[in-house]
Amino acid sequence: MAIKLPIYMDYHATTPVDPRVVETMLPYFHEKFGNAASRNHSFGWTAEEAVENARAQIARLINATPKEIIFTSGATESNNLALKGAAEMYREKGNHIITQVIEHKAVLDTCKRLEKYGYEVTYLPVGKDGRIDLDDLKRAITPKTILISIMYANNEIGVIQPIQEIGKIAKDKGILFHTDGVQALGKIPVDVQRDNIDMISLTAHKLYGPKGCGALYVRRRNPRVQLSAQIDGGGHERGMRSGTLNVPGIVGFGKAAEICQNEMAEESSRLRGLRDRLKDGLFAKLDEVFINGSMTHRLPHNINISFAFVEGESLLMGINDIAVSSGSACTSATLEPSYVLKALGVGEDLAHTSIRFGLGRFNTQEEVDYVTNRVIEVVQRLRELSPLYEMAKEGIDLSKMNWKASAQH
Amino acid sequence: MAYSDKVVDHYEHPRNVGSLPKDDPNVGTGLVGAPECGDVMRLQMKINPETQIIEEAKFKTFGCGSAIASSSLATEWVKGKTVEEALSISNTDIVRELSLPPVKIHCSVLAEDAIKAAIHDWKSKKEVDKPAATATVSH
Repeated sequence: MAIKLPIYMDYHATTPVDPRVVETMLPYFHEKFGNAASRNHSFGWTAEEAVENARAQIARLINATPKEIIFTSGATESNNLALKGAAEMYREKGNHIITQVIEHKAVLDTCKRLEKYGYEVTYLPVGKDGRIDLDDLKRAITPKTILISIMYANNEIGVIQPIQEIGKIAKDKGILFHTDGVQALGKIPVDVQRDNIDMISLTAHKLYGPKGCGALYVRRRNPRVQLSAQIDGGGHERGMRSGTLNVPGIVGFGKAAEICQNEMAEESSRLRGLRDRLKDGLFAKLDEVFINGSMTHRLPHNINISFAFVEGESLLMGINDIAVSSGSACTSATLEPSYVLKALGVGEDLAHTSIRFGLGRFNTQEEVDYVTNRVIEVVQRLRELSPLYEMAKEGIDLSKMNWKASAQH
Repeated sequence: MAYSDKVVDHYEHPRNVGSLPKDDPNVGTGLVGAPECGDVMRLQMKINPETQIIEEAKFKTFGCGSAIASSSLATEWVKGKTVEEALSISNTDIVRELSLPPVKIHCSVLAEDAIKAAIHDWKSKKEVDKPAATATVSH
């Protein structure tokens, strides 16, 4: 089978919309285009029915009830709603929030803003494997703690947090537990009852649905969670999120969730095999390569590797027919290397050499083999250009070098 | 970010990749940057002591495409020039030649630093009783 270039292996960034999802969405653009809040005619009723159907499809995927699904514009908004909404609502009860250092910026930046408003936030550290220490969590809890927010799985290193244990700790202490479930949904089984989750942020575009459509699960029983709305204007979504619903987007989200429900087990198994094939292929031919984050508790389709002595952006340039991403400073808008890798204790020199591969539904074994060979080829070529590789091979300890002295003139 | 054709050309076909013998009295070695910054360039030149002409230049770089291109271009430019001429190469010349965007200007600055560091090293070797100003290394 001929490989179509360029190859996409950046499924953590976004995913193509599944053709079956597109097909389901189309009528809601031009034929069934009603506003789901129009209560008095069939255009509205048709749209409302489609929305309720999607609600149920999404709820099923996480073992929730449809009434507990609130639609938003995406997971960033869901994270904002969960954190700010709970913080404001439970202000009388306390002002302390616990989260961790490798959360997505949608959570970290929201916490920074809440700190400006007078809330206290504890950012738990992570170990080399990328996971929090449960004892650290227990020790951080105070009588004023109202919310714990820990992401289900990380977008850069794919590492899965001990969610069930965290949920149990939170429940025992009567503290709300929110999790950013963006990368986990549809890839590994998420169960809000089993995991004692009170709120989970979800988005469509990471599971082969459209961009611009997300949701927040808000628990209604044991306990009933209340949130202070962040967007006012009409009281839609049980007063938690006003605004006309993105009906085609929601229909797409629901269909994407249903497909995951049916296909997740088989797909995850297939992708795990492909991911391991990629990893083993690279490790067989290259020396000085390191995996960032735990392999044991990791999404099946993710691998994050540092290729020592080869800078990330130059590697991406060499494999320009393959779409992946890097933790190198040169690839970020702010010229800062990945804060996630830094939190793991990965040295900045290695952070600059990291590449994230995120496999997905439409990747094939042929593509994985092509990518493996291209990466090996380019890494070897760039190592020939690298003064650091030459020095390391000569036995020089690069960590002991005084780099500042060499630049004086 | 789209790369200019010239940057791509230098990346695909880098000029003068390699090493010169460090202990040769006519070779100056400039090692600039740091692995933690994601940019390290090593530029070496073989300079004729009588004519002060740079006869040979080699480079190796750990860094992005623009960094590789900047240092590759630097070796191209210094070859055949005198030491004084090479010292007058400024990073803005490199930026213009490679059409570097603002976020990559620092790569050209490092290349200019590498040229000056190599020449400085060669000059200090010429001075009697003065230790070479290359990086201190412990094994």
